[in-house]
Amino acid sequence: MKEMTIHELKKFALQIRIETVKELSSLGFGHIGGSMSTIEALAVLYGAALNVQPNNPRWVERDFLVCSKGHSGPSLYAALALKGFFPIEWLETLNRPGTRLPSHCDMNKTPGIDMSTGSLGQGISTGIGIALGNKLDGRSSTTYIILGDGECQEGQIWEGALFAAHHKLDNLIVLIDNNKVQLDGRTCDVNNLEDFEEKFRSFGWYTQRVDGHDVESIYHGINMAKNEKGRPAIIVMDTIKGFGCTFTDGKFCHHMVIGKQDAQETIDALNNQMMALDNNTEGRGDGVEYHSL
Amino acid sequence: MKDIYQAAMFDLFKKDDRVIMLDSDLIKSLGVTDLVESFPARVIDCGIQEANMIGIAAGLSSIGKIPFTHTFAVFASRRVFDQVFLAGAYSKQNIRMFGTDPGICAEYNGGTHMAFEDIGIMRTVPGMTIIEPTDVTMLRNIILQLVDVYGMYYIRMARKKYTKVYEEGSEFEIGKANLLTEGSDLTIIASGIMVSEALAAEKILREKGIRARVLDMFTIKPMDADAVIRAARETGAIVTAENHNVINGLGSAVADILSQNAPVPLEKIGVNDTFGEVGPLDYLKKRFGLTSADIVEKAEKVLRIKQERSADN
Repeated sequence: MKEMTIHELKKFALQIRIETVKELSSLGFGHIGGSMSTIEALAVLYGAALNVQPNNPRWVERDFLVCSKGHSGPSLYAALALKGFFPIEWLETLNRPGTRLPSHCDMNKTPGIDMSTGSLGQGISTGIGIALGNKLDGRSSTTYIILGDGECQEGQIWEGALFAAHHKLDNLIVLIDNNKVQLDGRTCDVNNLEDFEEKFRSFGWYTQRVDGHDVESIYHGINMAKNEKGRPAIIVMDTIKGFGCTFTDGKFCHHMVIGKQDAQETIDALNNQMMALDNNTEGRGDGVEYHSL
Repeated sequence: MKDIYQAAMFDLFKKDDRVIMLDSDLIKSLGVTDLVESFPARVIDCGIQEANMIGIAAGLSSIGKIPFTHTFAVFASRRVFDQVFLAGAYSKQNIRMFGTDPGICAEYNGGTHMAFEDIGIMRTVPGMTIIEPTDVTMLRNIILQLVDVYGMYYIRMARKKYTKVYEEGSEFEIGKANLLTEGSDLTIIASGIMVSEALAAEKILREKGIRARVLDMFTIKPMDADAVIRAARETGAIVTAENHNVINGLGSAVADILSQNAPVPLEKIGVNDTFGEVGPLDYLKKRFGLTSADIVEKAEKVLRIKQERSADN
């Protein structure tokens, strides 16, 4: 399965973003903020890092992803659809009665979802269980977990942090979507979490901090994490809640009503960015193909 | 019970390499240190973090392992309810969760450690099977069956004191009550440590000329509704006996079935919606009204009501 180049990853992120905005505006409301801020990470995961087979979503040897911040399901669904796990038309069914795409990730409803999530703090444990089981069975796969920053206020996250380091789970890579805003406001005002790296380092993890909207930084971060032996890895991604939307700026956008006009404005802006990339007016990079992650 | 637990788990570990054990710093309490020595990679002590333990079990289950978790019943239910419910049941995982020292079996650990609500909690989880083994013969038989079934299982198990009820080699079917004595005056439906109390009560009642049917309802969910309805129709009066709150446990489950299918007089023996306290088992049985004498008293009461009602008719 061919890995995308950095240029292609940038385009893929734009595609995921466009499809996510369409998906959420078709329903008219949803967890837009947190869905937007994970998109560059999703692009790198599904465009390069994850060794998965879209036509065989339960392939035993695959890499796993637990989206512990389950409410950002919508952008994960967009990535999965674009990757070919299910038809793109499904995205219009988000949260409709009887849907296979509910607001929070459900492994029994959606092909490509490795674990049901929604109650914050639990995905770190289930992801650890998957990593542990794969290690016990001698598989060389990697398990990724996406955590929210606010989610790290949950005690269970720290239970997992202790355990993963103690058990030297170096086949585990955790990505924190550090968009610095939770439902009730800024995380620094509600219940401060920083400094993430210091905390996780003291727990025995290999830590990195990257620009969470720069696919190249995320790509390299994952590469470094994969090469680290003997410790689990955490990549703190500095992101902006609602990134890429023209209508979320300055608002607390954990969950919003999304008007058709606002959505179209965003989609038009994103399409312009896409054209700019195609026309090479944005840095295309040197076109070199990067080593396998 | 815990010696048999280890012995049965040894056999299970050898039979099926998908089996993995997890504990939260109670491996020595459960007494499975030999198992740890023989299968160090497959017995995982998470330390004091029950929520993480359940989540890890769910993750292991999702890739085809069969996890057996253990902690005290209070922590296996109350403390980790969200994790059991979502990571376990909602995600449709395959975990066997052992909760030890149910109810008054916690003895000197006292009120903080006495699970009088664990059955009540687990009954509300869709798809959960709740089993309360009566003695070591049943425990061993059930454990060996637990690799051949799929789903979420909660097993509340005394670690130490129990009274032998079943002969070696007895077989047990999950979901089917065991008929221990036959009788037509009333039925006593009991589970766990209350089964031997029920049998003692049956003897006392027999000497008084009262013939009681005794059912061991070791599978509390899904309950053997047929056995309950037959008991109601054939004996006309029921006493339930459980090492649990009378709210939401075995007695409530029986009451659900009776009231919708075959309403008959029902009396419940159990903890009357109070907290636990420290003490040895025999003291606690008296303190919370869980003795055979208490069962006899309720049996006679329920018979009076039965007779009054048929006199009215």
